[in-house]
Amino acid sequence: MSGLLKQIEKEAKAIRDKILKRQKPSMRFPLRNLSNVKFDPRAGFFEMGRKTKERTLAVSTVKTFAQSLKMIALSKNLIETDDIATKREAYYVAKGWSDEIRFGEQTESDTVLDDVEALFRVNREQLGFVPEEKGGEVAGQLTVYDEDRDSGEELAIDCTRFGSGAYSIPISVEHLRFESDAKFVLAIETAGMFQRLVKHSYWRTANCILVSMGGVPTRATRRFIRRLSDELEIPVYAFVDCDPYGICNIYRTLKVGSGNAAHINEFFCVPKAHFLGVTPDDIDEYGLPTHKMTDVDIKRIDDALKNDPFVQHYKKWQEALLKLKKAGYRAEQQAFAVHDLNHVIDTYLPAKLENAKAFLP
Amino acid sequence: MSEKNAQMDLLSTAGPGKSPDSGNGRIAIKRSGKNDRATAQSMASRQRDISISEFFSRNRHLLGFDNPRRALLTGIKEAVDNSLDACEEAGILPEIEVGIESVSNDRYLIRIRDNGPGIVKSQIPNIFGKLLYGSKFHRLKMSRGQQGIGISAASMYGQLTTGKPTRILSRTSARRPAHMYEIQINTTKNKPEIVREEDVEDWEHVQGTQVEIEMEARYLRGRQSVDEYLRQTALANPHLYLIYTPPDGRREEYERSADELPPEPKEVKPHPHGIELGVLMKMLHATPHRTLQGFLTQEFSRVSVRMAKEICEKADLRANSRPKSIAREESDRLFKAINKTKLMKPPTDCIVPIGEELLLSSLRQSVDADFFTSTTRPPAVYRGNPFQVEVALAYGGDVDPDGAISLMRFANRVPLLYQQSACSITRSAIDVDWRNYRVSQSNGSMPTGPLVLIVHVASVWVPFTSESKEAVAHYPEIMKEIRLAVQECGRRVGEQISRQRRAAEAERKKSYISQYIGHIAKALQEITGDSDKKKQKVEETLQSMLERSRS
Repeated sequence: MSGLLKQIEKEAKAIRDKILKRQKPSMRFPLRNLSNVKFDPRAGFFEMGRKTKERTLAVSTVKTFAQSLKMIALSKNLIETDDIATKREAYYVAKGWSDEIRFGEQTESDTVLDDVEALFRVNREQLGFVPEEKGGEVAGQLTVYDEDRDSGEELAIDCTRFGSGAYSIPISVEHLRFESDAKFVLAIETAGMFQRLVKHSYWRTANCILVSMGGVPTRATRRFIRRLSDELEIPVYAFVDCDPYGICNIYRTLKVGSGNAAHINEFFCVPKAHFLGVTPDDIDEYGLPTHKMTDVDIKRIDDALKNDPFVQHYKKWQEALLKLKKAGYRAEQQAFAVHDLNHVIDTYLPAKLENAKAFLP
Repeated sequence: MSEKNAQMDLLSTAGPGKSPDSGNGRIAIKRSGKNDRATAQSMASRQRDISISEFFSRNRHLLGFDNPRRALLTGIKEAVDNSLDACEEAGILPEIEVGIESVSNDRYLIRIRDNGPGIVKSQIPNIFGKLLYGSKFHRLKMSRGQQGIGISAASMYGQLTTGKPTRILSRTSARRPAHMYEIQINTTKNKPEIVREEDVEDWEHVQGTQVEIEMEARYLRGRQSVDEYLRQTALANPHLYLIYTPPDGRREEYERSADELPPEPKEVKPHPHGIELGVLMKMLHATPHRTLQGFLTQEFSRVSVRMAKEICEKADLRANSRPKSIAREESDRLFKAINKTKLMKPPTDCIVPIGEELLLSSLRQSVDADFFTSTTRPPAVYRGNPFQVEVALAYGGDVDPDGAISLMRFANRVPLLYQQSACSITRSAIDVDWRNYRVSQSNGSMPTGPLVLIVHVASVWVPFTSESKEAVAHYPEIMKEIRLAVQECGRRVGEQISRQRRAAEAERKKSYISQYIGHIAKALQEITGDSDKKKQKVEETLQSMLERSRS
């Protein structure tokens, strides 16, 4: 029996024994938010703190309590039968439960799953649950070695040979091997910018690997870039919009992980990533068109300054965010098109890459 | 109209249609020089006494005979009140039979019989045939009747509407025959006229009085009906055994819930602070005492010799001056001096409340509710008259939860069914902020919900707003006591309502939790691989833990 299965049984038996002793049963989950992570620059990622929330059997918690146990039971079953379920499938499994215990929206079942994952401090894939979310896309100077599911033969995937398309990062990346002579990895926020760079074979010009993150990078994308970073030993540069979301959510999560699933951050982040742009200074320097920031944007900045241990650790980020807040506007990475469609390829990126040491941490 | 010397010039006897005086009338209105107007002499020939019965026969609404439905109630009410007063005064546990028979479409015969002491033969005509004749007006004692108008007014009403005399049967002891009288009232003279009289040897009852009056009336059931009046009378008089046969052939019996008479209320002398100048003058004139000091100490309560001397000093009068000789001006000084002197409050042991316990058990018999509470306030004083307030509340159960709460008003154990909105009891109940007690109430109106509120005001002299005795006057002292009593009961009901709500909430929570117990036990079993027996044990334990928990 695997260690995880034992852990699951141990937890359930503890609850059962507590009940038989006529004590109120409870489950203790790690608190999953930014207030419960700490940032140690030597480790380079958000580590989970010691804060927990207790789910004791009471009116307000009894439903989630029962749902959590049922999810754990489902997970145990998945592990034992070597099966998997997507979060959406798990949601549908729960649809078959009786009325009173059913989930309303998938976000509810996802939250319970995330809790269970954090409870056992494992990656949800180990519990048999796989994410629905799409991984990122890759193009450029990289050969990925996967294996054929049926024959078990090794497959070499040359990421320069997808033409105007790209290689999709699979949900699980642990078994992959890499080969590359690229100089760096460029992680890009939008699919639009990624396409422009692919179309003009920027990877060849700059000798790099292009990764499209499509917003906040998924776990698989983070893990994939992390492995590139570790195994190829090349720098990772992030190229995102100059707005609080691009900085505090997309880049921060890529670099140090999330507050929500802090128990897995150690493996699912890229501590060596650096921020290429777009920086607040770039807006002035390149005369980029801007948009006025919304209240939500402002709140995000205030929140980051106040609660995000990563931002709190770097003076430079605090200054950059304060500058942005003071200016009151934001700019998108595709805004370079104001000068010329290929201004970003011809001028901006080469200029920035010349002085990679000046990138924001 | 010019001045008139009739004793009661509030009358309409000399109303419109009379020719106004001309010429030399004192307040003459000169309209023309013609001499067809009345003169002082011609008017003098028309000026005469107005009998009290004439006055009331024209103003019968003042006595509660304004419409046929109400007349039926008032007639029965006056007779029942008298019966109860008589029985209690004689120390007899009252047993009263009330019957209503339909004579023709709009005529009914009411018959009220009691087991009271009976009435001495010679007094029967005056009691039933003369208005303002009675034993209760000239004394200060808690009783239902006060004025000596009620039953004779009922006789008069019957006579006016049907022409039939009132029939009385009364017997004072088993050794004597019963007397039967048929009496009519001479309204001009306010005197009884005996139509028929005879001794009845074979009356089946050994003692008691029976009145029969035929009158124009209407029998209806409902809120202001005879049925309701009798139900409430039984409620406020737990020592009463009542048999009621309405014209629809039913027979209702109200059993006693108390087998003892309430203690006899004491008669008290008036308290000086409640007296008016005119009354004081009259008393000064009529007193047999020969000194002012004697008059003050003997005719009033709470005036000691020392106090009497103090009053005399303040009034600048000698303590041994003759009361009769105190002239108008001096009586005025005396009156002022009395009111400036601090005196002990009047004695309050002359009030006999129903009592918290009896009121409660009586209410339980009458209303099917979940929660009952009652309170009796300590006696208090208004205008020199002692009074006492009692309140009872019933909540929940079969009480109608929709609409305003039902309020039952009582004065000296008599239910008040009319003029609810004019009554200080109603006002006081509205003035209480019921929302404090989790009872809904919109501003300035009666609260709503499954509540029955009973308010009893007992006094040696209940201040009614009119002769028909349906609404208690708005004395601040009385209203304050009512409010305090209602608040006390309200608080208890509020607590009860909170308790019920908390219990319902706890129950709701338990049943909510309960539906997940099976799931928890099942999921645990799936994970641990326990036996069904062990799973059963887990489920049962959880269930029993839930039952015992308080939330």
